[in-house]
Amino acid sequence: MRYAYYPGCSLSGTAVEYDRSTRAVARALGIELEEIPDWSCCGATSAHSTDRLLSLALPARSLVKADAMGTDVAAPCAACFNRLRTTVHEVRSRAAVRREVEEVLGEPYEARAQVYALPDVIVNHYGTEAIAGRVKKPLDGMKVACYYGCLLVRPSRITAFDDPENPKTLDRLIGALGGEPVPWPAKTECCGASLSITRTRVVWQLAAQILTAAQKAGAEAIVVACPFCQSNLDMRQVQAQKWSGLRWDLPVYYFTQLLGVALGLPAADLGLGSHFVDPLGILRQKALV
Amino acid sequence: MARGVLDLSAQASRDEFLREVEAEAGTKVSVCYQCGKCAGSCPVSFAMDWEPFQIMRLVQLGAVEEVLNSRAIWLCVSCTACSERCPREVDVAAVMDALRILARRKGYRAPEGEIATFHNLFLDTVRAGGRLHELGLMARYKLGTMNLFSDLDVGMTMMRHGKLKLLPHRIAGTDSLRNLFARVRERGQRGERR
Repeated sequence: MRYAYYPGCSLSGTAVEYDRSTRAVARALGIELEEIPDWSCCGATSAHSTDRLLSLALPARSLVKADAMGTDVAAPCAACFNRLRTTVHEVRSRAAVRREVEEVLGEPYEARAQVYALPDVIVNHYGTEAIAGRVKKPLDGMKVACYYGCLLVRPSRITAFDDPENPKTLDRLIGALGGEPVPWPAKTECCGASLSITRTRVVWQLAAQILTAAQKAGAEAIVVACPFCQSNLDMRQVQAQKWSGLRWDLPVYYFTQLLGVALGLPAADLGLGSHFVDPLGILRQKALV
Repeated sequence: MARGVLDLSAQASRDEFLREVEAEAGTKVSVCYQCGKCAGSCPVSFAMDWEPFQIMRLVQLGAVEEVLNSRAIWLCVSCTACSERCPREVDVAAVMDALRILARRKGYRAPEGEIATFHNLFLDTVRAGGRLHELGLMARYKLGTMNLFSDLDVGMTMMRHGKLKLLPHRIAGTDSLRNLFARVRERGQRGERR
């Protein structure tokens, strides 16, 4: 299995452990991730809030290079995945959009390469059976709330990733790793994304609702597949505890980190030292690290 | 914006605005029948001045000032729960995008100025170097909004964890990127959208 890898900007900064654990896990599973040369930012919410054509042309600049590599794209960041896949969809389905995008790019863009979210690649393309066969340290029944957020699943006509109201891809993975995915109602609620910086209190409130739902469902941890979900539930958790007077102490892992733990990879390769809420305590309790 | 009495007498501009929004958003606002499912799905409606279904109604009524001066269009986080669930298949999130774009194009000052500033600075850093440099963006945002002391605690922890890169990575193809931004701007000025 070979994919063009689009890490996205957050994975060299606030989500550096997502990049590290993704590369480690892919190596261990034999999934080849080849970074798209000289890729640029997808533009994120700021581009599609400002100019529709800009929001398609920015991802297209990197996708042209993926076309040249002759492989489909794997995107770990849910936000990048959403913008890249939207671009492929728009360019494939509307000739006028393709002409506009090519004009501002200054080169042809055929949108041959499809874009897949990393959980789709690992859980659905690679498969849970193949993964289960490689598990060295089963998660010992760890109760995990799988949090999908928005951009991985919606809008479903574009993302084509699982059920938009009750996705189960990550739940199946946790099950295959020997954990216990808990059913809970906030799987696809929104964490507030970029309001984290501009309207932090709104994000505290949203994080509080999500964390409380996970806690009520009996979760010992949360897994995510998005840098914004991770930072809004982990980094903001400590502040939201002070603000709300509630207490959760729920570690928030990237799914690649727990996958790596179960595959027996060293903690240092998985970036487990860079969370706000202690990620190692429960892993030590279960003798997983 | 305070909710007051709306003057709906300007019928001529009423359909004009509706058509303009529908063209920019690529979805039909006119079919909204006010069920409120979007507002029930919206994670941030509690913080909005007008809830999403009310914004749809205001667009139908041609209430340009109320809509383009609203906080709601800037608070929308584009989670697209509204679009996914709309029984009339209105892409509500695309309408919110279109309203932000139109507000900017028509020179309205965003009442949620910090959010608009954030988007501008974000795109400035991308245009300059090709990728987002989080620390650089945060520094400019804090200076631009005089929010100097918020989040210093988490910033320090991130620094310790190696999560904030000090220097930006500049892509090799910054020229192609500047050209891209310039061509998008030219097209916008020529009014060749859609």
